[in-house]
Amino acid sequence: MFARLSIVVICVSLLANVGALAGVLPEDRADILYHLYEGGGVEIDGPSVLVRKQVGKSTSFVSNYYVDMVSSASIDVVTTASPYTEERTQWSLGMDYLRGNTTMRMSFTSSVESDFDAKTYSFSVSQDMLGDLTTLTLSYALGDDVVGRSDDVDFERQNDRQHYGIGLTQIITKNLIAAVNFETITDEGFLNNPYRSVRYADSGTAIGYSYEPELYPNTRTSNALGIRAKYYLPHRAALESEYRFFTDTWDIDSHTASIAYIHPMGPMTFTAKYRYHDQSGAHFYRDLFSRSEATSFRGRDKELSALTSHTFKISASYEFLNDADGWGFLKKGSATVSFDRLTVDYKEFSDLSAGAPLGEEPLYALDANVIQIFFSFWY
Amino acid sequence: MKLTAFGRVLLPIVLLTGLAGCSSIEPWVKPYERDRLADPIMSLDMNPVSSSYIQHVYEAREGARGGEGSAGGGCGCN
Repeated sequence: MFARLSIVVICVSLLANVGALAGVLPEDRADILYHLYEGGGVEIDGPSVLVRKQVGKSTSFVSNYYVDMVSSASIDVVTTASPYTEERTQWSLGMDYLRGNTTMRMSFTSSVESDFDAKTYSFSVSQDMLGDLTTLTLSYALGDDVVGRSDDVDFERQNDRQHYGIGLTQIITKNLIAAVNFETITDEGFLNNPYRSVRYADSGTAIGYSYEPELYPNTRTSNALGIRAKYYLPHRAALESEYRFFTDTWDIDSHTASIAYIHPMGPMTFTAKYRYHDQSGAHFYRDLFSRSEATSFRGRDKELSALTSHTFKISASYEFLNDADGWGFLKKGSATVSFDRLTVDYKEFSDLSAGAPLGEEPLYALDANVIQIFFSFWY
Repeated sequence: MKLTAFGRVLLPIVLLTGLAGCSSIEPWVKPYERDRLADPIMSLDMNPVSSSYIQHVYEAREGARGGEGSAGGGCGCN
């Protein structure tokens, strides 16, 4: 109740504070990206196209088309199901409206798979203040998900998501900018994967265990607080660091930190980044339950296990067009190649594909390569 | 009245916003001193299409979500 009242008060305050200094709409740009994720028996690739264009003096439209083409023989799939292929298509349309120092944004996103349909409606208000040193953003998004099963056309479950966000971006010195973001997300509905199973000890079988469908709580509320800072180094380079604390009602707590170095050199820009993530497991997660229906809620999704992940990233960007030699209506153009190496060590998820006796299975570890190639144009 | 976690964060922001509307605080970094901050390498989101994608990868591979400054979309990525 207090949170709702606060939002109303802030919205009124923001609208009342529309001042004489003008804010800025995002730059007109288009990006064409190819992405490839390969690791853990899963290959996902596809395009993403993003176009942003200002119309008139105060409105900017943005649209994104994104596809995941999935070919999966993941550890879950090879131990309890059959390899599969599927496609996810996502598109979104958004609008930014600038009035004085206030920017209002609204967007709609649709994500469609053969057995999953998600729609997200979002709205945010940003206000520049304190001599444009500070930007305060409030955001709200409503998600409407429908979960199906590819082997049962009558299976249909609902999940409603709500995102509440508040962010503050602050210019601290002429070389340092920082941002703080807080986001609460609530889910209510069918939250587990309709295909995934948990395993439980079963002395009546040769391998010593059997499977039964997982069963999650039908609500989840998470809170995340992220802090980010970027510092301009004297030799025209940038250092960026980020930290996020996450906690939710499933007892997952996590710490995520990263550091990045950005170094331009003529028409090239190089980026190197390291990211660390560590989380505890959900309270209803078990690698092996003691018996069938041992607990009220049951899950064996490896992403809900305690885990630690490391990501190393390098990217290189080449600016082949700039303001001096722009081509037609294009002011600037760049091509970027980016490579991420992701490793995940699961602390409570056994690798059953190894065929080891019950209780002696090694813990599972994932190595994945993520490649992005994209072209960007400013106009 | 007991404040929710969200409310505890919002309360100081409400006060700060009200303060901004009533006072004229002199900016300590002048507009002509912001050339370095205006450099593209200082953008907090240099490549939105790329950062949105990699955020999607992390949300699919980890149990945490949110807090990165943008509202995410839903997907059935397992």
